[in-house]
Amino acid sequence: MTISELQLALPEIFVLTMACVILLADLFIAEERRGLTHTLAVGTLIFAAILTGRLMMAPGEVVHAFADTFVRDRFGDVLKVFSYIILAGVYVYAKYYLRQFKLFKGEFYTLTLFALIGVMVMISASSMLTLYLGLELLALSTYALIALNRDSLPGSEAAMKYFILGSLASGMLLYGMSLIFGATGSLQLGEISASLGSGIGDDMLLTFGLVFVVIGIAFKLGAVPFHMWVPDVYHGAPLAITLFIASVPKLAGLALAIRLLDNGLIGLHDDWQAMLAVLAALSLIIGNVVAIAQTNIKRMLAYSTIAHMGFMLLGILAGTPEGYAAAMFYTIVYAIMSAGAFAVIIMLSHNGVEADQLDHFKGLARRNPWHAFLMMMILFSLAGIPVFVGFFAKWQVIAAALSAGFTGLAVLAVITAVIGAFYYLRVVKLMYFDEPDVPERVPAPVDFRAVLTVNGVAVLGLGIFSGGLISLCVSAFV
Amino acid sequence: MLTLAHFLTLGAVLFAISVAGIFINRKNVLILLMCIELMLLAVNINFVAFSRFLDVMDGQVFVFFILTVAAAEAAIGLAILIVLFRNRRSINVEDIADLKG
Repeated sequence: MTISELQLALPEIFVLTMACVILLADLFIAEERRGLTHTLAVGTLIFAAILTGRLMMAPGEVVHAFADTFVRDRFGDVLKVFSYIILAGVYVYAKYYLRQFKLFKGEFYTLTLFALIGVMVMISASSMLTLYLGLELLALSTYALIALNRDSLPGSEAAMKYFILGSLASGMLLYGMSLIFGATGSLQLGEISASLGSGIGDDMLLTFGLVFVVIGIAFKLGAVPFHMWVPDVYHGAPLAITLFIASVPKLAGLALAIRLLDNGLIGLHDDWQAMLAVLAALSLIIGNVVAIAQTNIKRMLAYSTIAHMGFMLLGILAGTPEGYAAAMFYTIVYAIMSAGAFAVIIMLSHNGVEADQLDHFKGLARRNPWHAFLMMMILFSLAGIPVFVGFFAKWQVIAAALSAGFTGLAVLAVITAVIGAFYYLRVVKLMYFDEPDVPERVPAPVDFRAVLTVNGVAVLGLGIFSGGLISLCVSAFV
Repeated sequence: MLTLAHFLTLGAVLFAISVAGIFINRKNVLILLMCIELMLLAVNINFVAFSRFLDVMDGQVFVFFILTVAAAEAAIGLAILIVLFRNRRSINVEDIADLKG
């Protein structure tokens, strides 16, 4: 280990240090000055973004470090910067919720920062060992976060379900990893890829290993038929935690899939392409159709997540740099959109009641015209209506699936997107054409409204000027 | 003479028992936690066996990490179980079914 290697991992080291500092500092911060913890956490993210930005400025070559377990490349840097930005937004949204629901404690910040380190380690993993450790750090922090409200029955039930199914998924993934290790004799993704390229490896072990690895990835992404945990966890967790789960960990899921399937197992592309195609098709159908039947908006957005992960898989299964760039673009855009959608639900939640029913959105346009407009833009974008960024994201992944020869799947994606538009537009209809139950304006603090405005406008702005983000994603894979 | 195949079979059988345990068990959440531990141990057997027969140390290093993570996982799992029990006064798997739709 040399100093130059440590410098590559500077953002991770910094976030880890700050997570520990915040953990300790929070003990000595009085209840009424808890805002300081929040400021420290947001500051950590800003400074980490500067550190990662400095690495990005350096020549864009791929550097391996720490005995080839860690890799620094442009893909990782871009994904990390977006993780910081989205998590900072989540912090601002969550603060308002946590204050109102008397959950404003330091644990939220330390656990989310540890989860962020897990995400960063996964993004930069170049060995199955680091990939697994990052995944577990993220998962263990998330289990605890879901049970953040200790007196909530749905919260503890969701935490238990997520814990059992998440551990089962990790077990599957590990079993697959052990078989791949057995077939290739290495944990390093680069070496695995090289030995697959030269035809070394027992075919049966590899095929079994691949199946288990793909099941593990599908569980973590929440792709059908491994999606059972998604609606329950979104529903049971406190809104601020649902907001977190629906945004940053999706970037980690993308990194997990690309690191394992592309960097490691690209030699088995034909095999995993077929598996991902089945997962994508089922996710698109089940996600979009079942979402229509939901009256709880958290559950509705959970099924919408499942459908969006199906779209994201369309990009990955192409197995080309263009396909990965499309999947990356899709995931980043999805994380931004879902953060905005959950933020509006948080804004409507008052007096210890989460506004998680569709009826809570009735007549929002009369009460808060601007916020209803922002929510409408976000919903249009989720539905994939042109001009908004969600449309370009869908276009890119469908184009990737077409170029890989999956015409039927592309047609299915378009049809299910149209079906999906129904439940998004239903919320728009409730907001604009129904009478509100209570006429008062919904209040929210200034920072919350500012970030929500930026978030909503970004959905439109990134759509009109989508070229910039797309070329950034493409540059990550050249 | 024990060959690699013997160890792999043992690992596969333990893994299958643990997965079956998770899906068949309808009684007690604690048994689910045991099944998860068993699953990780099945993976460990695979790693150690491969490591020994391929003469690569990496697999045994991985086992240490898995054991550590398994301990952390058990701690968090039991903590969540206690929270659940305080709220519900039951750790019966069939009772954990409020969230659906």
